[in-house]
Amino acid sequence: MERPIIKTDHLTFSYHTDGEATPPVLTDVSLEIADGSFVAVLGHNGSGKSTLAKHMNAILLPTGGKVYVDGLDTSNEDLLLDVRRTVGMVFQNPDNQIVANVVEEDVAFAPENLGIPSAEIRQRVDEALAAVGMSEFATHAPHLLSGGQKQRVAIAGVIAMRPRCIVLDEPTAMLDPVGRAEVMRTIKTLNRKSGVTVVLITHHMDEAAQADRLIVMAGGHVVADGTPKTVFSDVEGLRNVGLTVPDTVELLYELRQDGLDLPLDALTDDECANALYKLLA
Amino acid sequence: METILQLEHLSHIYSAGTPFEHSALVDVDFSIYRGEYLGIIGRTGSGKSTLIQHFNGLLKPTSGRVLFEGKDIWETKERTRATRFRVGLVFQYPEYQLFEETVYRDISFGPRNMGLDDTEVDRRTRDAAAFVGLPDAVLQKSPFELSGGQKRRVAIAGVIAMGPSVLVLDEPTAGLDPVGVESILSNIRDYHQAKNATIILVSHSMEEVARTVDRLVVVSDGHIPFTGTPREVFSHGAELENLGLGLPQMTRVFHRLRALGVDIDPSVYTIAQARAAILAKLGKGAV
Repeated sequence: MERPIIKTDHLTFSYHTDGEATPPVLTDVSLEIADGSFVAVLGHNGSGKSTLAKHMNAILLPTGGKVYVDGLDTSNEDLLLDVRRTVGMVFQNPDNQIVANVVEEDVAFAPENLGIPSAEIRQRVDEALAAVGMSEFATHAPHLLSGGQKQRVAIAGVIAMRPRCIVLDEPTAMLDPVGRAEVMRTIKTLNRKSGVTVVLITHHMDEAAQADRLIVMAGGHVVADGTPKTVFSDVEGLRNVGLTVPDTVELLYELRQDGLDLPLDALTDDECANALYKLLA
Repeated sequence: METILQLEHLSHIYSAGTPFEHSALVDVDFSIYRGEYLGIIGRTGSGKSTLIQHFNGLLKPTSGRVLFEGKDIWETKERTRATRFRVGLVFQYPEYQLFEETVYRDISFGPRNMGLDDTEVDRRTRDAAAFVGLPDAVLQKSPFELSGGQKRRVAIAGVIAMGPSVLVLDEPTAGLDPVGVESILSNIRDYHQAKNATIILVSHSMEEVARTVDRLVVVSDGHIPFTGTPREVFSHGAELENLGLGLPQMTRVFHRLRALGVDIDPSVYTIAQARAAILAKLGKGAV
């Protein structure tokens, strides 16, 4: 594999309260994220998945082990700006991420802070808004947008920095189904068309199912890592760590318990219907 | 069935008479029955939050009436106030509304406001905490030391402590993982059964309402296009999808099966129903 865009090497982390270390939130996590890939990280609340995400652009620094972003050691303060330019973060609540009163000014905020010439800022903002399908809202007020639209503006604000990797920490948790679908479409387009590496932290099984690779976290460890089809086939294993599988897999799993000959790796509606069709026809 | 809440030709217009005038609810007319578990679904901006804020008098109708146990909740100030204790409203992300120094004080805020004596306030606070599975040890902690899921439980306990006969919850499971979702839903189910309370659950998740509620109300663009049992409502497949609402995954899979030419009833909406239907089709019968 060529140099991974993100590499965690025996990463361990514990929060310190009143000077005392609490039990580790992450224990000995070693992962490599390939440049250009779309990786989902799934885990229950408190599994360590958000803590892991925050190490990917040096919001948190390891208490043990190392994290490298495009080969740069995140704990080296001199490299902080380069690390943050390489990996952008999008958070759960769009309202907490929007700073300006006009959409295009919000998107321009980061490149302005990087000291980029104004002509280029103009170009970057236009490109970023086009990439998330929000060009027609460039001069609108962000607070009048829907949740999904606001989250796309937040993503545009990150894209305008031209990072090679975007880490999204539960970006759809506060959105309705239509908003969620908009954000998922945007993320996939960015990955496929612009080759941006995407790390999606989520606990929605259906979103995780759309990634190329799925990492499951529990108790601060990586407990599964593979394609969504392989990972979701382990129904019992996921249940043991407090997660469920998509309803399609659950149905096939239960029918297999009933003695029917069905595959477990049908994630989409079509795959599930086709598997059942073969049995019924 | 005894009606507990009734909406009569309810309309609500925001910023009436200004250029921002917006009709959030238009001539909404329906009843909620004592002891039922009702689901309300609708997109963001459909008017569902405006709707539920009329249930306990947080918003006043621009026209029309809201009746609680047959009486107009806006008839007198006293009645409006009394309704707010009888109809409890848990907002979205209620954990952001915790403010007291201890969990105990936060939960007891509502009952104290009701003017109950100390013994009764204490009984209700401990009862409510037990309902949502908060151990005694947590009660003297600061709510801000708790995990997100626990904070949400504290907020729900604060409403339950007022002993409402109608409990309205706006997306109580948003942002929780599957275990957290199950645990909150089972707390709500326990309250429903133990107190014969009326539960109104607002949700984005078709799968969640499909397996939880007795009856569904669909809100779209300030109107109520469909009400009925989940099976009845989900039979409007294409129309629901046009409203941006989607169908439960099992319903979608069964529609595909029909499209492939399998003669099977597409009105299933839970995994258990789907399993039974497939087994029946194969002549095996559910175990």
